[in-house]
Amino acid sequence: MLYLGKSNTSSIHREDTTLDWSQFYEASALSAKDVRLKAFYSESLPHGKTPLERIDFVALDFETTGFDPIKNGILSIGLVPFTLRRIQCANAKYWVVRPRAQLDHASVAIHGITHSDVQSAPDFMRIVDHLLAALAGKVVVVHHRGIERPFLDAALRKRIREGIAFPVIDTMELEARLHRVAPTSFLDKLLSKEPVSIRLVDSRTRYNLPYYQQHHALTDALATAELLLAQIAHRFSPDTPVDALWL
Amino acid sequence: MKAELIEVQNFLKRYPPFNTLPDDTLHWVADNIEVGYFKAGTQILEFGQDIDALHVVRSGAVEVFRRNGDLYNRMSEGGIFGEYGLLRNRQIRFPAKALEDSLIYFIPEPIFAELFESFESFADFVEIEDSARLRSAVSRHEQANQLMASEVKNLITRPPVCIEAQASVRDAAILMSEESISSLLIMQSPVSDTDYGLPKMVGIITDRDLRTRLVAKGLDYTTPVSDIMSTDVITIESSQYVFEAMMTMLRYNLHHLPVVSYHRPVGVIAISDIIRYESRNSLYLVGSIFRQNSVEELGALLPEVKACFIRMVNEDANSRMIGSAMAVIGRSFKQRLLELGEAKLGPPPVPYCFLALGSMARDEQLIITDQDNAMILDNRFDPELHDGYFKALAEFVCDGLAVCGYTYCKGDIMATNARWRQPLDVWEGYFKEWIDNPTPESLLNSSIFFDLEGVWGELKWATQLNQLIARRAKKSPLFLACMARNSLNRTPPLGFFKDFVMEQDGRQNNTINMKRRGTAPLADLIRVHALAIGSQARNSFDRLRDILETDILPRGRGQDLRDALELIALVRIRHQALALEKGEEPNNNIAPEHLSDFERKNLKDAFQILSNAQKYLKFCYQSNR
Repeated sequence: MLYLGKSNTSSIHREDTTLDWSQFYEASALSAKDVRLKAFYSESLPHGKTPLERIDFVALDFETTGFDPIKNGILSIGLVPFTLRRIQCANAKYWVVRPRAQLDHASVAIHGITHSDVQSAPDFMRIVDHLLAALAGKVVVVHHRGIERPFLDAALRKRIREGIAFPVIDTMELEARLHRVAPTSFLDKLLSKEPVSIRLVDSRTRYNLPYYQQHHALTDALATAELLLAQIAHRFSPDTPVDALWL
Repeated sequence: MKAELIEVQNFLKRYPPFNTLPDDTLHWVADNIEVGYFKAGTQILEFGQDIDALHVVRSGAVEVFRRNGDLYNRMSEGGIFGEYGLLRNRQIRFPAKALEDSLIYFIPEPIFAELFESFESFADFVEIEDSARLRSAVSRHEQANQLMASEVKNLITRPPVCIEAQASVRDAAILMSEESISSLLIMQSPVSDTDYGLPKMVGIITDRDLRTRLVAKGLDYTTPVSDIMSTDVITIESSQYVFEAMMTMLRYNLHHLPVVSYHRPVGVIAISDIIRYESRNSLYLVGSIFRQNSVEELGALLPEVKACFIRMVNEDANSRMIGSAMAVIGRSFKQRLLELGEAKLGPPPVPYCFLALGSMARDEQLIITDQDNAMILDNRFDPELHDGYFKALAEFVCDGLAVCGYTYCKGDIMATNARWRQPLDVWEGYFKEWIDNPTPESLLNSSIFFDLEGVWGELKWATQLNQLIARRAKKSPLFLACMARNSLNRTPPLGFFKDFVMEQDGRQNNTINMKRRGTAPLADLIRVHALAIGSQARNSFDRLRDILETDILPRGRGQDLRDALELIALVRIRHQALALEKGEEPNNNIAPEHLSDFERKNLKDAFQILSNAQKYLKFCYQSNR
């Protein structure tokens, strides 16, 4: 995960908690013009009341050239499918793609993907079939929902003039539910009490998860999957309906 | 694009058995790994459950249990479990539970099977029980020092040259010149049926004998060799180790040592043969101890003792060689101090025997050690008349030993203590009392006397006491029960984590004393079994050999104990040598973060063996009270 907490630029994604995602999928399967999106929505999403223990999840992470989905582009994509029982690395996927946006030096320093790496990389449209197939019918898990969903939506809009929407479970938001219940109080500010960090690395530490190198889309996806397993083990029963978590 | 799970791969690379796998294999393993998370207190594996993967602890801590619920093992980052089930009927025999919040990597069975098939190092590591894993670690180490652990027969360059006992010394000298040798074995034709028609070795002559016993005495050249030969020849078995030959030659001040096999001489080795093999240091050091003429000069050898110790460690000597070399050095200090003491105080008024006790008597001495000693005096000893002399001699020796780096015994088990400076019949009384009317309390401080060796004077008295012990101890179940009870006072820890030692009661410590918690309880335990079978051996490895012959231990246990002792002793020795090399004062305490992964893993196994052996001991020698 590259840039945290700054982005709220995308107005496209839906956060209406009353939204019935199953109905949305059914409608979109009919209305979508692109054949790939049609296929994506046709693979039915589990019902919102399905217990977590029966859900197929997929952890998703992008490295991007910046944090604005309109101006910036996707550089690399990592995803790892999993269930509550196990994370299956054998079916993990990783792609580097060539962004249309400029790759600046500052971001190269963070994710280590260089100009020459992207020169030889395919365009996003070349891998989108595989990506959508890997996500279809699964519940997507991200750490900070301001990146993956908006960037995927924007990348499709730029290329096929049609966006995408799907529910996500945001492990950062799950941490925020626990640690950001009340706004920082006057007393805390007075005592300069630091708020609990809900960044990926710090959140993982609280669950005794190991330190992983950051800013590699595949490792971050694995790290996110592990974090969700830890959060569920500590805070949710396996029969919790999935719609209690997704957004 | 190919997914590359760098973090997983880098993690596996740090731990055995994965650290022996090639990079592309590790890459493949990492790509196929599965991951699970277990909150503290949750069950990871249930007894009887099917197992489909090898489990690796990525973070946190896991406890593995026996079927009866006893804790079997605790492991932290890098620990593996579930291998028993995978290798047997794919069913869990040892249930496992998360002790802390834990992340577990699963290596799916097909991947595990492939690794097991293709990589011997991997198979070795997981296949066998922990004790066997330890054994292969020890044997790998032994291979590494083949030179030092070489058998005597490897030193033999030619068959022995022999001559009949009736031959003249002139013929003997001619033969020696022709063959360019400096010793000759003297053989006698078979006289009785018990010799199976083979000539029997009755003596040896050397260049030196020709000089001192023939020429200097002005004897005729026709004198039969049997007149000047040394009889009661000390020999060594061809299958004994070179270092044992060295120790024998040092102890008896021999330059030539006949090697025998099934009572038949097969060669003669000279001290020069051994020098080729053995580090010169320990030999020369012993030589120079006997050339020093004052306590101060002896004390000045201390840096050389340390250098000798370090050198043996660096040359990969095993614990037994180091233990006996250090014991020979310690014994030599005592002997030289006694010589100097007698020179200063005059000859003793009645004969006496100076005793070494504990680790020196067991040939298991290390660099830092207390002096534990005592004196047996002649039964004619009269305190009024004689004790002034022996008290002064004891003080001279003990003070001298302190100067040479052997600290005073805190328990006051030294010849300077009048209680331990007594005539033979009093000593016999002590042992009879200890053995016939034992209490755990009375034996608490006297167990050290059951490792006893004469180093100077009337050595036969020490042998007499040892025989008394061997005869009586095995017949006294109560004594054995008390000794067994005391030997269980010191227990090994359960295991090691990154930076602490896990005790059996769940407490955590920062360091472990390898002597108190490892080698000492092992030596104690082995001593009890040895006393029970009437073994007169003192070295723990020798005692184990005797114990093995009697079948009192369950199969394989003796071998396990030998390996455990070797490993724990070596770790202790290596850490002392490291401290010395860094110019620090060596001690017996080790912090787990200073252990290598290899040491940590194997030590855990070794302590497990000790712990099991203690339980067995308790069961064997229960007192009926």
